[in-house]
Amino acid sequence: MEDVLLARWQFGITTVYHWLFVPITLGITWMVAIMQTAWVRTKKPEYLRMTKFWGKLMLINFAVGVVTGIVQEFQFGMNWSTYSRFVGDIFGAPLAIEALLAFFIESTFLGLWIFGWKKLSPKVHLFTIWMVAFGTMASAFFILLANSWMQYPTGYTLNPVTGRAEMQNFGEIVTSKVLWAHFPHTIFVGFATASAVILGVAAWHLARRQHVVIMRKSAAFAGAILLVGTLGVALTGHYQGQVMVEVQPMKMASAEALWDTEQPASFSLFAVGDKTNNRNAFNLSIPRALSLLSCNNLDCEVQGINDLQAAAVAEFGEGDYIPNLFVTYWSFRIMVGLGMLMILIGGLAVWFHLRGALVRQKWFLKAALWIGIPAAFIANAMGWIFTEMGRQPWIAYGLLKTEVSNSPTVPGPWIVITLVGYTLIYLVLAIAAGYLFVKYAKAGPGDEETAEDVAASMVY
Amino acid sequence: MEQGLWNLETLWFVLIAVLWIGFFFLEGFDFGVGILLPFVGKDDADRRVMINTIGPTWDGNEVWLLTAGGATFAAFPEWYATMFSGFYLPLFLILFALIFRGVAFEYRSKDKLPQWRATWDWLIFVGSLLPALLFGVAFGNLVRGLEIDAAGEYVGGFWALLNPFSLAMGVASLVLFTLHGAFFLALKSSGDVRERAAALSRPLSIAAGVVMAIAMIWTYTLGDAGFVPGLLPVLAIVLLGVVIWLAREALFGWAFIGTGLTIVAVVAAIFIGMYPNVMTSTINPDYSLTVFNASSTTLTLQIMTIVALIFVPIVLVYQSWSYWVFRKRVGREDVTAPTT
Ligand code: HDD
Ligand code: HEM
Ligand code: HEM
Repeated sequence: MEDVLLARWQFGITTVYHWLFVPITLGITWMVAIMQTAWVRTKKPEYLRMTKFWGKLMLINFAVGVVTGIVQEFQFGMNWSTYSRFVGDIFGAPLAIEALLAFFIESTFLGLWIFGWKKLSPKVHLFTIWMVAFGTMASAFFILLANSWMQYPTGYTLNPVTGRAEMQNFGEIVTSKVLWAHFPHTIFVGFATASAVILGVAAWHLARRQHVVIMRKSAAFAGAILLVGTLGVALTGHYQGQVMVEVQPMKMASAEALWDTEQPASFSLFAVGDKTNNRNAFNLSIPRALSLLSCNNLDCEVQGINDLQAAAVAEFGEGDYIPNLFVTYWSFRIMVGLGMLMILIGGLAVWFHLRGALVRQKWFLKAALWIGIPAAFIANAMGWIFTEMGRQPWIAYGLLKTEVSNSPTVPGPWIVITLVGYTLIYLVLAIAAGYLFVKYAKAGPGDEETAEDVAASMVY
Repeated sequence: MEQGLWNLETLWFVLIAVLWIGFFFLEGFDFGVGILLPFVGKDDADRRVMINTIGPTWDGNEVWLLTAGGATFAAFPEWYATMFSGFYLPLFLILFALIFRGVAFEYRSKDKLPQWRATWDWLIFVGSLLPALLFGVAFGNLVRGLEIDAAGEYVGGFWALLNPFSLAMGVASLVLFTLHGAFFLALKSSGDVRERAAALSRPLSIAAGVVMAIAMIWTYTLGDAGFVPGLLPVLAIVLLGVVIWLAREALFGWAFIGTGLTIVAVVAAIFIGMYPNVMTSTINPDYSLTVFNASSTTLTLQIMTIVALIFVPIVLVYQSWSYWVFRKRVGREDVTAPTT
């Protein structure tokens, strides 16, 4: 395999893996903070038990999120040195700010939370988990700032001497419309994912009629967040689609397997592409729906792949500017489809709860666990795979191609060693984390009444 | 083009040195505690005491490394690109170590199975030992200079990184961090753990004095490879001499400050010695990356400076607060409560 392909696999595998844990962290820290707030306010022990139970699962997840993140931080320099030189003036700043602003907060206050149950007053202790929650959000903001710039470079100039991108207007970079489309989507995704996990675990207990008080409360809370979260995901996703049509029309066209420019454009439900003839062999579609998605009206024009490819050749010279259609087309569809499914699950959870019938819906409790949780993970992976592969062949859109941005001095065998190494390491981590997660999820909450009881079980 | 010392490039060079000093000072004793785990922790409760002395703070300490990495990327992208791709395989080993070590802290006590705990304990040991050694090797190579070509890329391959001088620096950092960790345990734990750590610190301090003296004297023989260390390496040796005495007198608080100051002196010597180079080329001095030819633009540096001026003090305040909250010694009574 070519070196750059190996490096891409490595980035893809390690990032998707990091992203299994991150969205849970993004949502669950807030949800645990809310539970603990309820306890500090009401002093009802069931809220303390909830806090401890979900808090432990949060910690098991967080640990892997942290260590896989370290790999990400180093990977740009290790595998993508040409890229790092090219964009460092702009791209490095958000990474550094993320570490300084977010990672210090997350790590320090999480340490205080884990070990501080007896040492801090309840209010101060509560404050620490809110800081962690805030830190995760800050982290998401700054890393997405970096990523959005790759998707849609703004506020820069190209230095004619060095050939590199240089920062010209920081304000423009921070107010990038792509960032402000990705950030809300990602935050809602975090809430949707964490609540899907909580709902699924609570459903498992409810189906067995154990810990009913706590699990019913948890399920109701998670169901509500899931419904609101996935509705938010869909709305922000819709907005993202519109921004995408504007700044990366090729990504939208390939997501739709739309070979020829259409007005009005139809939304494809199932297509079989035929790349040799630049057309679809088969396509089932909803008339006008893509126009609606792309620009909020029923008959605007959406550009097709063939026109966009021709325009790109005219602008950047010979080359293939079409991303992998199979991947973009299906990853987008799967994400959106699972999003709809998750809205349904969240809605049903709320509906059954309001009718006081949640515990009796055996089939739903099963579905929440066995469909809800996998759906969230698969949709997440599909989301990033779509976003990142849809921007190919560019690594920095319109500026630098992926094929020339890896490290020239790193030989293929080294990348193979680390690729195999990370894969094995991550496999071991997945087994350990999965084992603990299931073990603690099944064990259920204990009978803690006071912070002292919790303190004993939190330290290492 | 000669430039004075009063410029943003130099400021960021200093800030990155400070971040590394912070990292080695703080994570240095974390590494030490991990390395001492099998030697000082005789049973499970002992080992839990040891881990809990650093439990609340190790992750925050590690973020100093992430910030140093991020700041290097932001302020000196060329340095970041050359160094991280050049040190590819050693960095992978460090990441391997940090991954398992981090997870091990969180996971080892979450299951009672003895094999489970033994495995994670072993990973804590290896995961602390490897970075303690390899960071020394990496900085040894920065001091000594590397085969940097005209394009600013490292072309020396893997084995060239394992030269005698750099390995000596690696051993020195390994022993120094272990000693730093022993003093930390003597300050932060009680009972048997404290006594064993205190007893071990005496021979360790002598070993640290010897290897550090060798490594530091060696730097003077490197000649014009770009290292002009002045008196700081001598200061490091003198400090360790004092530390040997302090350990003997059981003045562990002062001894801990002593190893801390030694770390400051050595890292400062390395950075002052390199300046204005950040990656010294042994092929041709003109190929070296310097703070001026490797840096970001003034605008980026200005933005980063403002961010750093606001947030570094805030970070220092809450990290210090966290150390204050957990100032009490950890003993067996703190960890013997049952875990589920
Ligand atoms: C939108 C959110 C998001 C995204 C896209 C990423 N991460 Fe992440 N990352 C987080 C959100 C996050 C987090 C929520 O803040 C984590 C997850 C669990 C945790 O402990 O913090 C985290 C942890 C984490 C850590 C460890 C921090 C610590 O020690 O406390 C590092 C160094 C990174 N990440 C770096 C990266 C890099 C370089 C990424 C890009 C490729 C990346 N992350 C993608
Ligand atoms: C916020 C930061 C980023 C996130 C969350 C992210 C996420 C992802 C995801 C989920 C994938 C898809 C995995 C796959 O294709 O198998 C991916 C692919 C990739 N990413 Fe990113 N990415 C980020 C930044 C970057 C950066 C900075 C680089 C380059 C230095 C990069 C380079 C790549 C490459 C080369 C691929 C492989 C694409 C392919 O296989 O077609 N990404 N990324
Ligand atoms: C319900 C309908 C949904 C729509 C219309 C939608 C839309 C989109 C779009 C258009 C993008 C690509 C943005 C770009 O590349 O410019 C995207 C990215 C993404 N989606 Fe969705 N999405 C939906 C549901 C979901 C769900 C349910 C999840 C996960 C639980 C999810 C997770 C992601 C992630 C992680 C990304 C990558 C990050 C980002 O670009 O913001 N999406 N989504």
